[in-house]
Amino acid sequence: MGVLKPFEKRSELAVFLLLAAVVIVLPCLNGMTGEESGWHVSNFKLGVWGKYLCFAVVAMSLNMLWGYTGLLCLGQCLFFALGGYAFGMYLMLMIGDLGAYKSELPDFMVFLGYEQLPTHWKPFYSPWFAILMVMVVPGLVAFIFGFLAFRSRIKGVYFSILTQALTYAAALLFFRNDTTFGGNNGFTDFKFILGADIREPSTGRWLFVASGILLLTVYWFIAWLLTTKFGKVQEAIRDSENRVRFSGYSTTHFKLFIFVVSAIIAGLAGALYVPQAGIINPGEMWPTKGLDIVVWVAVGGRGTKAGPIIGAVLVNLLKSYTTREFPEYWLLILGCLFVLVVIFMPDGIVGLCKRTWVRFVRPKAGSGPAAEEKALATESS
Amino acid sequence: MSRFAALFWLFAVTILSVVGSTVVRADESEARRLLTEVILYDGERQDVAVEALGEEGAEIIKVVVEAWRVGEVSTTTRAEGEELALLKTPEGWFNILTGDEEVPSGEVTINRPSRKLRKTLKQLVDLLDLSSSDPAERIAAVEKLGLRQKAEYVELLRERVTKQTDPKVQRAFEEALSISLLVNGTVEERLQAVKDLGELKSFPARDFIDVLVAENEAVIADDAAAEEDKEAAKDLLAAAVSAKEKIDSRQKAVEVAGTIFRGLSLGSVLLLVSYGLAITFGLMGVINMAHGEFIAIGGYTVYLVQGYFAQTFGEGTAAYEWYFAVALPAAFLVAAFFGVVLERGVIQFLYRRPLESLLATWGVSMIIQQLIRMKFGAANVAVSSPQWLSGSVEMGGVTMTNNRLFVIGFALFVIVATWLLLTKTNWGLHVRATMQNRQMASSLGVRSTRVNMMTFAFGSGLAGLAGAFLSQIGNVGPSMGQTYIVDSFMVVVVGGVGSLLGAALSSLGIGMIDQTLQPILGPVMGKISVLLGIILFLQFKPGGLFPSKSRSLDD
Repeated sequence: MGVLKPFEKRSELAVFLLLAAVVIVLPCLNGMTGEESGWHVSNFKLGVWGKYLCFAVVAMSLNMLWGYTGLLCLGQCLFFALGGYAFGMYLMLMIGDLGAYKSELPDFMVFLGYEQLPTHWKPFYSPWFAILMVMVVPGLVAFIFGFLAFRSRIKGVYFSILTQALTYAAALLFFRNDTTFGGNNGFTDFKFILGADIREPSTGRWLFVASGILLLTVYWFIAWLLTTKFGKVQEAIRDSENRVRFSGYSTTHFKLFIFVVSAIIAGLAGALYVPQAGIINPGEMWPTKGLDIVVWVAVGGRGTKAGPIIGAVLVNLLKSYTTREFPEYWLLILGCLFVLVVIFMPDGIVGLCKRTWVRFVRPKAGSGPAAEEKALATESS
Repeated sequence: MSRFAALFWLFAVTILSVVGSTVVRADESEARRLLTEVILYDGERQDVAVEALGEEGAEIIKVVVEAWRVGEVSTTTRAEGEELALLKTPEGWFNILTGDEEVPSGEVTINRPSRKLRKTLKQLVDLLDLSSSDPAERIAAVEKLGLRQKAEYVELLRERVTKQTDPKVQRAFEEALSISLLVNGTVEERLQAVKDLGELKSFPARDFIDVLVAENEAVIADDAAAEEDKEAAKDLLAAAVSAKEKIDSRQKAVEVAGTIFRGLSLGSVLLLVSYGLAITFGLMGVINMAHGEFIAIGGYTVYLVQGYFAQTFGEGTAAYEWYFAVALPAAFLVAAFFGVVLERGVIQFLYRRPLESLLATWGVSMIIQQLIRMKFGAANVAVSSPQWLSGSVEMGGVTMTNNRLFVIGFALFVIVATWLLLTKTNWGLHVRATMQNRQMASSLGVRSTRVNMMTFAFGSGLAGLAGAFLSQIGNVGPSMGQTYIVDSFMVVVVGGVGSLLGAALSSLGIGMIDQTLQPILGPVMGKISVLLGIILFLQFKPGGLFPSKSRSLDD
């Protein structure tokens, strides 16, 4: 099976197949079992897990940058939200005249006194244009910012701080009413997607499957990229950028490419997130959201293929449990998680599992993983 | 009340104005009697009373007229048939005639003055303010009067200009008189008035001078106008244009000065916020995302100290006024203490790993924020400024609030104090040695662990001080530090990491640019342009204003 070649280790292949199974089984359980069945997955649950899949994708896109290239981007939420907004524009136009004001214009525009649709909204009647923009807009922003940043060799912490400032600036911009993106409230009350009613269970299933396919594709793509020569350079940049540059590689171009690709992936995740969450507002690109994504990756294990997925799902499960049971303590728990993971688990859950495996289960045969573990420990920037 | 009566009253005012300054102030009882007359009767009897009222100068007139206007004056009839005018206050009804409290026995009907009467009464009150004992009230009244450009006030104003002893009040009277004369004077008077206004650099006169310019341009362009009129118009026009230029240049100067002041004060706040960051970042290579929470800790310390003082001495007492002097060092010490805890608890494991320290301290920042919320509530708490910080000083048309002046002064103090600490003390020597080369310094006997701890405490303490100041300028809330954290990181990056001079310059620069752009682009767009400007600036100077010099590659 040539397609599965990128998975160098059996564990990676196992994760891939497990994910594929989840993506197939969950919608089936939702659609084919009755509500009284013990195996039934409710529409609500499926929607929640669909969102988790999107979170996992955006976490993987950050892992590409941070885990494999050594660029800690605190603005991944910006690309996520930009993708969401681009697709949200299409969804807003699909509401048609079913909004609260019974106007062809989106509600917030009527509310703000617009007479007609702003020109840059018009092409978004076409879903294909919207999907194109979901990739183009985050990609372009990443390209311009990355070009400026990498050209002047801004790296390390400076890069992180600047991406945060960029996110902050963008959020301020989107919070304004006159940028035609709905200000504070953003977009919501979607009705139709590609002609289907967005509240139908079957639409929910398809969205879930689409998120799952995106997740599997990205998982495969990252694994594949790492097997190529490009991927080797990528990891080399992480470990010693100067050495790579002195060997004659233009690290600027490599980093820029990775940055743009990762932004596009984040944008796609955002686009699939919005119809499942039913809302997109500037809160999604607030700097704290960017750091949330970093936590997912850190908890799961950066620089590991499955880590971001595990981290995104676990942290969000924990969040939904804690905010329900002890709403006061969620931020405390999250904060402690941050501190503990950084100090005691620099390579996250996956790293912890690897260590345990090497130390207790297969102490002798672990020459390969042990070497990798060493590399992980020394690579910390 | 008839139209005739109003005219009659106006005429009376004119008469009065001639003798205005000679009016002898009677005691309030006469004013009260007249007010009651005005309220209870109409027709001629009312007119006479209004006219007589103009000669009284009692405060009660203002109170009753204002109450009458908003419908808080009523009439009622006593059992024995006597009609009364009552003033409604939160404490109850008062008989206007006697000033005694009155419990109405009969029906109470709200009484309102007619529109005409309201107008005349308003003028009456305005004139009353002209002879108020408070200079500020006098200025406000005369300014209002001047802007109306009524012919009947000209003589009255002229009469009173020379009688003013306070130079500020005199200036206001001159200004008002000249503005009135612009319309009401003879040609010579108008010319003189325009010139005077130019000399006075009077802002309120600007619009009127604009009107004058337009009028005279029309006269000059008009072929039917007489030759001598045209000559006069030309003179007036020239004078008006030059006066306008003078006013405009003055206005611009005031605006620029105001912007500079606001920029300086914002820059000083930024400096206080980011100085601590610059020290910890530059020295230890640690990104402290919890820096904003140390600001909040400072702010809440002030809140607690204030509460303690209010409890011990009572609010508004002389001792309470000095709470801020105690709160400042307290904020520094408390924040420094938490700084030591953070350094020992978390950061010491993460030296020279900036990315990890960034994440861990972000976690700490969330923990502190949530703890504050659980202890003090999510809403902002109110911190009142002591008297000596809440006033303002006016200099050449620019209003400078005391708290902002104090921040600027204190920022200077912090710069000097830090400089002295770092260059003139043993500890400072150790700090700089560790900054330059940690291993070499520790091999020469510098206890770098202790230096780290002290420095981090110092940086956190500075953040606490910044929080103490912010409590006087803005709100104290759990997320107050978040507003400044992005800005202060920008300051450090632009200044050049580890350079305190750079941090000082860049915070002032960013403060200035921010305040210059805000009036043009609005607060949000101004902020966005500053952020984008910084990104572009780093294109040309990636290391900031004063990059740290080093031969090592991965610095």
